[in-house]
Amino acid sequence: MAASTLKIENLHVSIEGKEIIKGLNLEINGGEIHAVMGPNGTGKSTLASAIMGHPKYKITEGSVFLDNEDVLEMEVDERAKAGLFLAMQYPSEVSGVTNADFLRSAINARREEGDEISLMKFIKKLDGKMAELDMGEEFAQRYLNEGFSGGEKKRNEILQLMMLEPKIAVLDEIDSGLDIDALKVVSKGVNAMRNENFGCLIITHYQRLLNYITPDKVHVMMQGRIVKSGGAELAQRLEAEGYDWIKEELGIKDETVGQEA
Amino acid sequence: MSVDTKIAFDQEYIKAYSEKRQEPKWMAALRLKALEKSENLPMPKPDKTKIDKWNFTSFKHDVAGEAISSLDDLPEDVRDLVAKDQESGNLLVHRNSTPVFNQLSNELKEQGVIFTDIQTALQNHGDLVEKYFMKDVMKVDENRLTAVHAALLNSGTFLYVPRNVEVEVPIQALYWQEDPEAGLFNHVIIVAEDNSSVTYVENFLSYGHDVESVANIIAEVHVGQNARVTFGSVDNLAKGVTTYVNRRANVARDGKVDWALAQMNDGNTVSTNTTHLIGDGSYADSKTVTIGRGSQSQNFTNQIFHHGQNSEGVLLVHGVQKDSASAIFNGVTKIEHGAKKSNGEQTQRVLMMNEKARGDANPILLIDEDDVMAGHAASVGKVDPIQLYYLQSRGISRQEAERLIIHGFLAPVINELPIEGVRKRAVEVTEGKVN
Repeated sequence: MAASTLKIENLHVSIEGKEIIKGLNLEINGGEIHAVMGPNGTGKSTLASAIMGHPKYKITEGSVFLDNEDVLEMEVDERAKAGLFLAMQYPSEVSGVTNADFLRSAINARREEGDEISLMKFIKKLDGKMAELDMGEEFAQRYLNEGFSGGEKKRNEILQLMMLEPKIAVLDEIDSGLDIDALKVVSKGVNAMRNENFGCLIITHYQRLLNYITPDKVHVMMQGRIVKSGGAELAQRLEAEGYDWIKEELGIKDETVGQEA
Repeated sequence: MSVDTKIAFDQEYIKAYSEKRQEPKWMAALRLKALEKSENLPMPKPDKTKIDKWNFTSFKHDVAGEAISSLDDLPEDVRDLVAKDQESGNLLVHRNSTPVFNQLSNELKEQGVIFTDIQTALQNHGDLVEKYFMKDVMKVDENRLTAVHAALLNSGTFLYVPRNVEVEVPIQALYWQEDPEAGLFNHVIIVAEDNSSVTYVENFLSYGHDVESVANIIAEVHVGQNARVTFGSVDNLAKGVTTYVNRRANVARDGKVDWALAQMNDGNTVSTNTTHLIGDGSYADSKTVTIGRGSQSQNFTNQIFHHGQNSEGVLLVHGVQKDSASAIFNGVTKIEHGAKKSNGEQTQRVLMMNEKARGDANPILLIDEDDVMAGHAASVGKVDPIQLYYLQSRGISRQEAERLIIHGFLAPVINELPIEGVRKRAVEVTEGKVN
């Protein structure tokens, strides 16, 4: 499997007629981990949702390509099958559908009819990944996210990531609401995914997560675009000094969407 | 245009029919009286569902069912319904309302359990049947259709469990309407004497799609003191069949009834499931699932009446409405004066899969006693687009995502169905209705 590239060009995204993302460019290659940082209300989560095809967001301009495939032309499930994954900030709860059944359906959706994963192989893989994430066995038979704590939901997102092995994953605030132990476990899961074929975009408020997952590139989002990019050291400077110096440097008064520089 | 709801059967016909079945005199008399009453009684009036244009008169009444020499003679999908392995052994199969197979283990026979078709029961245990037939639980003259039912009864089961007998293996009855025009007037009587327990499961099955027919079904359940009855059903009658079904239980002191009903008919249906908690400390748990599809109209009333003190009733109804199907769900918790320390809970949830589907949930709490607990929850909602998005974001197609959501929505009830095969069948029927 060759490494994939997710290429976002001049992306504009609106919700209910309001433009949130205003000309965003980003390229993620397999083997790279990117972090998009930024204060609240700058469009980070909108970017994640737009890539995956959330029904409420409308792409008004620009393109998103996964290798040679036009992502924006695809249905949500087709995007996933093409190799995209989004660990959601607020995963849905689905009553009556066990985690295990759901994961098996998701894995088999990627495979040809008649080539479904064997139950034994599936259980072995699931048990292994759950152990890596310190998840109790009972999680396999619990209903999908139903009654899960915030931290359990985040772990469950990473479990899905590890089971589905996408080419490019977007992790939307996977660190929010996690205590330090859970943060370590989640980071361990993401680091275990790390290889030359796996590309990842981590969206976060805080540098904290990046202490455990070292990014190759760090981008700062303000006013619906990427205003600054750098290496891991950029995240550290943001942690130490906050965002004000960037705003000053760029002459931005209000970094949130809807304000102009 | 109003549709004629009078049936085209006269006294002579009923007399001859009863004679042909070698019924006791009281039954012949009861039928004739019921026929007479049916002419003046009003039709039932299900709340918020108009049934005046529904077919209640077009059907064939006396259709023979071909005998079988073994279960292997049944078509595969009927045979598949039969419980297997350790759950098997006690089975009654009706074909066009004709009993064609009846088996009860010797062990149960020796303990005095009676499990037979209603015709045989009337012949061999006439006095016992008379004691229970439409006396305390149901009445002949409740409305025109209950009277018609009594007059035209052509199918059914009698299950009697003596005192202190615990039946461990489920008892199963299959009602297979092979002829799509065959009308079904099915009467089930279950008597669980004091300290006994039994699980009964029934399957109704027909084909023929648009061919018009009628099913008028009554089940009367007598739960003795400290007795326990589990009653499971998978209704799967075809689109052309108008169904009027009453399943009702009276529960004595410390008795318990559990209903698990998968109501998967494809035709217009009025269903009432009623429990009277007569004795102190009696208990009822009623679970219903249904899927409406096409243009079918359905009305479900699930009700528990608390008469005894410390009685407890739990109602759980989950319904999915697809296409342009419509359904009314009435949940009734009635706590009578004097039923102190009783507890009645009900939950009704309706999930609509698209814009044209209709579903209404009406929680009705009628409480004539102060010292009680009661609660209700009702929700009617469309399938959550964010839930669909979440599932699709893992590569699952829209159709598969809807399938998972529907199965998940119905699982709390389906998982409770007794008998593995019936549970499997309910899942399969769900599957057939989802795709």
